[in-house]
Amino acid sequence: MLRRAVLALPVALAARPARAAEARVTIDNFVFTPATLTIPSATSVTWANHDDIPHSVVSANRPPDFKSPVLDTDESFARVFDKPGTYLYFCGLHPHMKGTIVVT
Amino acid sequence: MDDPSASRRHALSCMAWAGGGLLWTIAGGIPRAALIGSAQAQTQGFTFAQLSDSHIGFTREPNTDTKATLGEALALLKTAPVKPAFVLHTGDVSHLSKPAEFDAAESILATSGLDTHYVPGEHDVLDEAGTKPFIERFQKRHSQGDAGGAYYSFDANGVHFVGLNNVVDLKAGGLGNLGAAQLAWLERDLAGRSASTPIVVFSHIPLWTVYAAWGWGTDDGAKALALLARFGSVTVLNGHIHQVLQKVEGNVAFHSARSTAFPQPAPGSAPSPGPMKVEAGRLRGVLGVASVTLVPGQAHLAIIDTPLGA
Repeated sequence: MLRRAVLALPVALAARPARAAEARVTIDNFVFTPATLTIPSATSVTWANHDDIPHSVVSANRPPDFKSPVLDTDESFARVFDKPGTYLYFCGLHPHMKGTIVVT
Repeated sequence: MDDPSASRRHALSCMAWAGGGLLWTIAGGIPRAALIGSAQAQTQGFTFAQLSDSHIGFTREPNTDTKATLGEALALLKTAPVKPAFVLHTGDVSHLSKPAEFDAAESILATSGLDTHYVPGEHDVLDEAGTKPFIERFQKRHSQGDAGGAYYSFDANGVHFVGLNNVVDLKAGGLGNLGAAQLAWLERDLAGRSASTPIVVFSHIPLWTVYAAWGWGTDDGAKALALLARFGSVTVLNGHIHQVLQKVEGNVAFHSARSTAFPQPAPGSAPSPGPMKVEAGRLRGVLGVASVTLVPGQAHLAIIDTPLGA
């Protein structure tokens, strides 16, 4: 009986839908928090704007690898990071606002 | 104001907040202020107005009706002692570049019956098409300095006006940006003009560094100012920071106008440059318009900032 139960376990896990790990970056007072977020590969990062002013999330690479639409108050944007590396980004409206995603 | 020992600077800020229109005449680098009623300079010269940061589409505290306050600003210009020849709008016409916001702004601004010359703010170029919708709607009357650039110049009453765009192609960690192409155009545009031609430059973000920690400046603004250095009278107008600030450096007078939508805090005085919450009764004292007069025989233009109300 015990042997059968152990064998059944991986089958049960595989049957569940695949789900990426999740992480969040908040925007308050024109600041991305945390400024540097370190995540394992295949993590979905959600940025949420809590300011009264719109912001955006734009990769600092030229041309940008990713770019959110404009996020008005309480709007958010998610992106899955599936390749290890360091991703610098900034706010397209207020470029002094910067952040970094480190994918391990 | 009741305290006779109050410093002059303090007295001026009190008058501004109490709602008195201020006339600034600047001669020989020394700014002088007087209440509007005592202004002599208004009796002659050529006057135009500056509007800024109408943020049509913004509906939060402290101003849930930015259409109404824009309308009040235009009404103030209509009833001014000297009717302005035209209006400069220094950007953030809209809050989110939505066509409906541009529609509303355009129809309200049309009620002034005044020609209006626009430069974009960063809130006006959020569409995927970049500057194109703004240019097609608000800059049709001008031929572009460079195609799609949203910058141009024109002449009026002997003054050369230069509208610059410092809100696109922004770089991570940077401030406002003019870019090499726009600076090259500016050099060509100014070439051959007499040094005695009064120049008025208007842009959204300040060309001078007001406060870098909040992004209030333009990375390559000094390059534009170097091109203007040989002119005897240069006035640099901007919006973006939603408050009156001014300084004079040699022949150059810098002036930042109020918003018609909401105030922002003084540099570094709050955790962020977000909208400053003020009581409903005080809102109109911190919104307003500017009127600018070229006074014959004076190197510097006279600028009056008038709030919408007390």
